[in-house]
Amino acid sequence: MLTPKRTQTFIRSYPLFSGLVLLYALISFLYHLDWLNSYHIQLVMLVGINIVMTVSLGLINGFTGQFSIGHAGFMAVGAYTSVGMTTLLLQSPGGHLGYLVFFPATLIGGIFAAATGFLIGLPTLRLGGDYLAIVTMAFAEVIRTIIRVSEPMGGPRGIGGIPDYTNLTIVFIFAITSVWLMRNFILSTYGRASKAIRDNEIAAEIMGVNTTRQKVLVFTLGAFFAGCCGSLYAHVLQYIHPDNFTFMKSLEYLIYLYIGGSSSISGAIVGATIFTFLPELFRRFSSWRMVIYSLTLILVMLFRPEGIVGNREWRPLVSRRRRT
Amino acid sequence: MATVGLAPEANMNLLEIRNMDHYFGGLRAIHRFSIAIEPKEIVGLIGPNGAGKTTIFNLITGFYRPTVGEILFDGLPIHGKRPFVITQAGISRTFQNIRLFGEMTVLENIKVAHHHTRQYGLFSALLSSRRFWKCEEEIENHCLELLSMFGLRERAHERADSLPYGDQRRLEIARALATNPRLLLLDEPAAGMNPREAESLLDTIHELRDQFDLTILLIEHQMRVVMGVCERIKVLDFGETIAEGTPDQIQKNEQVIRAYLGEEAIR
Repeated sequence: MLTPKRTQTFIRSYPLFSGLVLLYALISFLYHLDWLNSYHIQLVMLVGINIVMTVSLGLINGFTGQFSIGHAGFMAVGAYTSVGMTTLLLQSPGGHLGYLVFFPATLIGGIFAAATGFLIGLPTLRLGGDYLAIVTMAFAEVIRTIIRVSEPMGGPRGIGGIPDYTNLTIVFIFAITSVWLMRNFILSTYGRASKAIRDNEIAAEIMGVNTTRQKVLVFTLGAFFAGCCGSLYAHVLQYIHPDNFTFMKSLEYLIYLYIGGSSSISGAIVGATIFTFLPELFRRFSSWRMVIYSLTLILVMLFRPEGIVGNREWRPLVSRRRRT
Repeated sequence: MATVGLAPEANMNLLEIRNMDHYFGGLRAIHRFSIAIEPKEIVGLIGPNGAGKTTIFNLITGFYRPTVGEILFDGLPIHGKRPFVITQAGISRTFQNIRLFGEMTVLENIKVAHHHTRQYGLFSALLSSRRFWKCEEEIENHCLELLSMFGLRERAHERADSLPYGDQRRLEIARALATNPRLLLLDEPAAGMNPREAESLLDTIHELRDQFDLTILLIEHQMRVVMGVCERIKVLDFGETIAEGTPDQIQKNEQVIRAYLGEEAIR
């Protein structure tokens, strides 16, 4: 039973989780009171998706020290895969039944993206920094171009009429689960192997770490989450076209990551949250919006080159289970 | 087909290198290098700068592939294998220019060695299973024990690059030991140490050998250390072996003196 006392203990031992539940309750409450409209809710959903995108990019760029700059490419793979399934399989999107297709579709979107990441990572991750950057960027463009020229995938017109399966609850659960999984990864021996590669690849190899395999693993995992994000993203916007996934989109995630603090999950979350909201807040300044946005970026980088959070972690996010 | 050549002899040697050559492009860095090291021996590798000592370490640990020749570890060929495979086979090393994982804590540095012996899979890690926590705790205890042996336990949660130089050297040795090696290669372990620190290093090396049943091959410039710790010394000059023997023999060898001090010293 959930007695007040138990609730209290629970809140004390899981402050982060309780906080998130409260946040979710607050947002839904405000939405029901009509203080928040559907535009706000959509924004919150985008924040959730961007957080997962940024944390998964951080896995590759921040924690493993590889420079991938085509993360939106994986998002595109996931988005088109799942949309293919939800729009083709369900001729008439039918209420709750649709979710039976949407959830597996999201997972399969992630798996497709992971497979793509694996295929690209295998030959290129043997190469160092700059080469990987170029290859990932080129890959994202190739994906976009293939989508653009292929008629069944909507071509340059894109695909419309996507059912709006993604809702606040789903995004919350998805974001919390994904970040939790990635945090576990970082805290495990896999995470340490990644950080070892980042700090000194030669020494990592001498410590018995199969560096190539580890890098491919991280790259594949990052691509998986990006793919899932793509699926959710498509079912928020209800309309996707190739230009949703340009290099600028990849760049956005790089900005979120480095502005927040690249080797930190907390940093990725903070970066993605602030810089998803910020441009929206500045809408009233119309054309000055991007100027303010850029200035903020420059200022943060000038005064905190290691990112807003830096390489620290927020304790509740990474604290381990108490020793028995 | 009849087997011609060497019959598999009873192999006593832990490490055996036969007639190894290594070229960097047209430059011959190592010429006809051979060595046989028995278990629990401490062997020194000395020579002037650029003689090819570190190159030999890089060849043994798989960073370079020998142009000619073979390297046998415990009777099995290891040349051409990737470094992590060689580490897993039981060879570990330290580096001349310290290569710690600077942004990780001292404890994490050691824990990396347990990556390839991990007892849980990817999904256990992702789901943070009970098995995961149990294994993690074992790893942690094991690593803390090792750190205490090197007097680094109090610093376990500090960043590795914040340690003073001497501690960094010791951490690197501790980290190499964490992979559970049978052969340890030390590349100038006493570099940058004062005579007193070097003296205590001598004791440490002997202790390590006895405690971990280690075989040690070390490169060193400080003659006090080399002469004090090594049972056998090999001298290299321009990639060629110019002398081999006990510390006493080496100290009297004319060719060695010539290589180190120049022609005039002999006359």
